[in-house]
Amino acid sequence: MKTKSIKSRATAKRRPPAKLWQLRLYVLDSTPRSQAALANLKRFCETHLKGIYRITVIDLLKQPQLAKGDQILAIPTVVRQLPKPVRTIIGNLSNVENLLVGLDLRPAV
Amino acid sequence: MKNNGSKSSATKMLLPKCPTGIQGLDEITGGGLPRGRPTLICGGAGCGKTLLAAEFLVRGAVQFNEPGVLMAFEETEKELTANVASLGFDLAGLVRQKKIVVDYVHIERSEVQESGEYDLEGLFVRLGHAIDSIGAKRVVLDTLEVLFASLPNEAILRSELRRLFRWLKEKGVTAVITAERGRESLTRHGLEEYVSDCVILLDHRVNDQIATRHLRVVKYRGALHGTNEFPFLIGDDGISVLPITSLSLNHLVSTDRIATGIPRLDAMLGGKGFFRGSSILLTGTAGTGKTIISSNFAQAAGQRGERVLFFSFEESPNQIMRNMHSIGLQLEPLVKRGLLRFHSQRPSLCGLEMHLATMFKEIAAFKPHVVIVDPITSLMELGTVSEGKGMVTRLIDYLKAGQITSLFTSLTQGGHVLQQSEAGMSSLMDAWILLQDFEGNGERNRVLYVLKARGMKHSNQIREFLISDHGIDVVDAYIGASGVLTGSARVAQSDLEKAAMLASQQEAAQLKREVERKRKALERQINDLRADYETEALELRRIAEQVGTRTLLLGTERVASGLLRQADIKVAATGQGKRRNGNGIP
Repeated sequence: MKTKSIKSRATAKRRPPAKLWQLRLYVLDSTPRSQAALANLKRFCETHLKGIYRITVIDLLKQPQLAKGDQILAIPTVVRQLPKPVRTIIGNLSNVENLLVGLDLRPAV
Repeated sequence: MKNNGSKSSATKMLLPKCPTGIQGLDEITGGGLPRGRPTLICGGAGCGKTLLAAEFLVRGAVQFNEPGVLMAFEETEKELTANVASLGFDLAGLVRQKKIVVDYVHIERSEVQESGEYDLEGLFVRLGHAIDSIGAKRVVLDTLEVLFASLPNEAILRSELRRLFRWLKEKGVTAVITAERGRESLTRHGLEEYVSDCVILLDHRVNDQIATRHLRVVKYRGALHGTNEFPFLIGDDGISVLPITSLSLNHLVSTDRIATGIPRLDAMLGGKGFFRGSSILLTGTAGTGKTIISSNFAQAAGQRGERVLFFSFEESPNQIMRNMHSIGLQLEPLVKRGLLRFHSQRPSLCGLEMHLATMFKEIAAFKPHVVIVDPITSLMELGTVSEGKGMVTRLIDYLKAGQITSLFTSLTQGGHVLQQSEAGMSSLMDAWILLQDFEGNGERNRVLYVLKARGMKHSNQIREFLISDHGIDVVDAYIGASGVLTGSARVAQSDLEKAAMLASQQEAAQLKREVERKRKALERQINDLRADYETEALELRRIAEQVGTRTLLLGTERVASGLLRQADIKVAATGQGKRRNGNGIP
């Protein structure tokens, strides 16, 4: 199990802590693209979801059977498990605007 | 796994094939789909792409022990299981036995947001995992094109698909990819660019309100294949493709002969009837007795203990049995003994292909010795002439392979000109019996003759046949100066001949009587003459006696007078002595 849990140290002041964001990042092996996606995701969360997020990284090379559950086709993929509804963002997350829209943090233009 | 590297190699026939197990498809493709390569199956909505792909997978797992992966993009596992269950495939069971893996891939466009670069490794991982988990040899991707609707970036998708097909080849799995038919191209999104080894096109056409499915192998790299469009159908046990010429002409033949049930007809056919396993055509206009002759044939076969399958496209079994009852044919006992089975269907119930498949199925189940189709023409009307002929060819091929004797009746529209369908069918038939009406003298009479009978000596005469309470009677037709005489004309002719015979007999008798009379007259005359003669002779004697007496008397008188005169006494005395008591001496 090469899943990494990163819990923010600081307790959130602006948002109620009950609304925890659970994000799963699906990658394949530690390719540069995967690493970039993880870095991008972390940076994004620190900026927008500080203290209320949890990222689980799933490496499909080691756990290919997990791809079926979240209907993973594209790599990398981020799945927002909580809060509902489930949201899926594909790509290396370099486009922050799209990520904000994808995670319902900003309405689509 | 990959063992067919060069495509340009001359070893065409050595291209490894992966049998589909689908009836007929392996014959067309010469053994199956190209092993270890992807095959594209394209076609419009509802033409059976998914079923074909699913059958390929199921048959692979069941018949060829090749496990398979079904990656479904449109239907969930549950839906698929239910859909193929109607064809008798137990998908859920195969999944439990780890012979098949079903992976439902679903992406909702509205739930997916793109952010930055990505690839479709996830798909590869899933597919690879599924293949490895059961050691799959076959893969079905149904319908991959859904991804074009789900993923926003077509450029990435296209490059990934190209990579996918290459990857599948490297994996050495035989893949089937289904795709929607496009307007201009084979597929809507041009998948044929990537899958170029084998392309199969399915089609579902409605002709005269009757739908028929067709299959065509558009392309099969490195192998010979049937290029025609073949009808196929989806039945209770899956897909069957029906190649027009599923068999080469090499059936076994029998020298066994079977009776027709009509002794005089047997006599016309060299005295023994038809060859077993031959195909017989019985043509005639309406009401010429086709069904009756067929039923006779059926009964004769049943009485020999053979099984008869009677396909009726005009009458219900009960109706046939009742009608045959009226001419003394008892078919019910044969039905009860399981020797005769009727299969009645309206021709317009379904298309030609479906009828053919139903017939094949019935024949396979009942294993008859004799098959009767009454009439074949109402089936042939469902399609074009060539379709109809193709159907009959396939049916006859199938029957001949099993040495089943077949009798087809054909309804003609009247007149003496053979119809196109008949002329086309005739080459397929071994024997052809023609039933005809002769109209004249205010009546219609039936005649039959043997138009052809391959391999046997047969009568060239036109015979009249009569239908009576006790069946069919074939009688000699009179052939006169004005043609064939039938019915009452024949009877009249017969009467005429009888009368003439009688007349001549009477004449002879008359003559005989005349001669007799003459002879008698002659005898009478002779008798008269003799009587005359006798009378005259008698008269003559009497006269002679009279003369004698008179002479004596004269002498006596002379003596007496002499005595009186006392002269010549001595002479008179001697003469007088003998005749004392005669006239006496007064």
